Amino acid sequence: MKQNILPAIRLTIMTIIFFCVVYTAFIWVIAQAAPANGNGETISVNGKIVGYALEGQSFTQDKYFWSRPSAVNYNAAGSAGSNKGPTNPDYLKDVQSRIDSFLVHNPEVKKENIPSELVTASGSGLDPDISPDGAFIQVARIAKTRNISEEKLRALINEHIEKPLFGLFGPSKINVLKLNITLDKLN
Amino acid sequence: MNTEIFGVITMYVLMVLLAIPLGRYIAKVFEGQRTWLDPVLNPLDKLFFKLSGVKPEKEMNWKQHMLALLTINLVWFLFSMFVLMNMSWLPLNPDANPSMSADLAFNTTVSFISNTNLQHYSGESGVSYLGQLVLMLFQFISAAAGIAVCAVVFNAMKERTTEKLGNFYSYFVKSCTRILLPLSIIVAIILAFNGMPMTFKGKETFISLQGDTVNVSRGPAAAMVAIKQLGTNGGGFFGANSAHPLENPNYLTNMVENICIILIPIALVFSLGHILKRKKLAWMIFGVMTVGFLMFLIPSIYFEMKGNPSITHLGIAQNLGSMEGKEVRFGSAASAYWGITTTVTSNGSVNAMHDSFTPLTGMFAMLGMMINSFYGGVGVGYLNFYIYIIIAVFISGLMVGRTPEFLGKKIEAKEMKIATIIALLHTFLILAFTALSSHLYVGDPKTYAGWLNNPGNHGFSEMLYEYTSSSANNGSGFEGLGDGVPFWNITCGLVMIIARYLPIIGPVAIAGILAKKKYVPETAGTLKTDTLTFGIMVLAVIMIVAALSFFPALSLGPIGEYFH
Repeated sequence: MKQNILPAIRLTIMTIIFFCVVYTAFIWVIAQAAPANGNGETISVNGKIVGYALEGQSFTQDKYFWSRPSAVNYNAAGSAGSNKGPTNPDYLKDVQSRIDSFLVHNPEVKKENIPSELVTASGSGLDPDISPDGAFIQVARIAKTRNISEEKLRALINEHIEKPLFGLFGPSKINVLKLNITLDKLN
Repeated sequence: MNTEIFGVITMYVLMVLLAIPLGRYIAKVFEGQRTWLDPVLNPLDKLFFKLSGVKPEKEMNWKQHMLALLTINLVWFLFSMFVLMNMSWLPLNPDANPSMSADLAFNTTVSFISNTNLQHYSGESGVSYLGQLVLMLFQFISAAAGIAVCAVVFNAMKERTTEKLGNFYSYFVKSCTRILLPLSIIVAIILAFNGMPMTFKGKETFISLQGDTVNVSRGPAAAMVAIKQLGTNGGGFFGANSAHPLENPNYLTNMVENICIILIPIALVFSLGHILKRKKLAWMIFGVMTVGFLMFLIPSIYFEMKGNPSITHLGIAQNLGSMEGKEVRFGSAASAYWGITTTVTSNGSVNAMHDSFTPLTGMFAMLGMMINSFYGGVGVGYLNFYIYIIIAVFISGLMVGRTPEFLGKKIEAKEMKIATIIALLHTFLILAFTALSSHLYVGDPKTYAGWLNNPGNHGFSEMLYEYTSSSANNGSGFEGLGDGVPFWNITCGLVMIIARYLPIIGPVAIAGILAKKKYVPETAGTLKTDTLTFGIMVLAVIMIVAALSFFPALSLGPIGEYFH
């Protein structure tokens, strides 16, 4: 034991200096060349920051495309999922009431067409995306609220669809914040 | 083909293609052969050895190795406790986060030095940036310690009779500088350029498009997330781990991070083939691990993509699969793939909430941790598998009436006793502590109401998962569990300590004892261990010893929920 203590302490100090300081500083310096200098990319409208490019935010008003339910209300000071089990009766009641509320705000929509991601909470509570189906199904409501033709809205959605990576891997998706910013510009 | 499925298959194929050359490289590092990074890293290693007063050429026997390992882990423990309990006034704390209580600091410290990374705190509010950097340090050095121990066992399995098994500090430093460091740098750069923050600035506040005031947590995440994935650590920078958009911005980073989860565990199996010059044995081990992995993976992807039957019952569309706790940019297939890769290895990072997986996916995630050797953690995953090989050799020997031998060494009573104790320890820890917590909960559901986030079978699964994760040194969780209280902090901490060090000491002891024994060259009468038959035998032993002993508990949890 004795002959191990000194090398253990000295080796630990060496690793602290090397990994906590040298390695971290090295990555930090390189990140200065990354988007937004590694500070996290923001999106601005009229010179004012309105959001982070990667993080979702709450959209609940009828004039906007809605984002997914969130267990942390999109407050990015924290992050979490609901951690509700798939058969939890209280959880299923919550989902049912989200479906009901969706149908009240979107009377044109048939229940069997509501995509599940619009009534279930994401893993982080900060999901920036919805599926293309999730956007198209909100068109009628937004067209009515904003007095824009449905064709125009569908074209807008089509422009915003992000295809799978290299066209091959993963799902298609739509960034709700970016979609809503261009939506605001339409009027 | 469906792009979600295609993404998953591509991830696996890419990972194997990368693991094969990496395995050759790691073998060279352990054998002290020349590699192309020598010009940069030789001086660095020498500096490490010189300033820490280590003589890298001094050979150690297995007991000296273990003493060196335990001593340095004790130093890490004390250092971590000090930082975590004092970080509120230490530098690099722009968000003014508090210090940890003693029990939470104990849990977190044990969790990170044991390569578990179970987190009973949230990164955004529970630690300062200094705390994050110190935890990142443990992600490097606890992984390096695991790889170093694995190198000792590989060394001991060679065809010779010896007590001298290399130098622990040398294996440890080389694992840090030559394996983990270069890979982490590459991965951290990829992540930073995909938008992951790498900053020391604190929270930012803005007004959202709809008019809500939002605070955004950030920090030096890219440096940490790289090693978190590579070292089978899994401890996230942010609370939601790799489900968080800043910790896993897009499908490309998801592929990179997910490949990193199993890259080194698989590469080490190939390293074994090179070091022992027994490539067939390495492929046998890889084959058994892969069959086990696929048995868990395929049904999990199926169930997640099919959707939650209770939601189907509500009459809405589930084209994307079961989406509770999942992110749209990954989809259900890549979430299930991550869920299984992170639990068969001892990584424990998540890109979807495991608590919200459909019941049987949750069960397969638990089974991955209960078996804990289908790929397994960096270094230690192979050690667990080694135990099963020893048991399989012994049983096969009895079945065919031959002396049990493995790689020219006789397996006798002492080795078997150690192997059996280690194999049963994991089962005992999980079941005994789950029984204890269930007993407490059932006895007084009011006092402990904060523990469970879900009723019935699923609530039981939350407790079972927590101890399984602790004992497998995994670190993922059914995070609905209210685990930030002294009971869970202390019991999980104890389970993690026992389950880290005994399953390291056991296999190293067996390997050390075997290395000292006389080498008996193979004859026609030797039981061949690099064959398909023996592979099936090992798989059968794993299924009988590990999977079956958990069957009753799983019936009360996920299986019961499935048939609910």
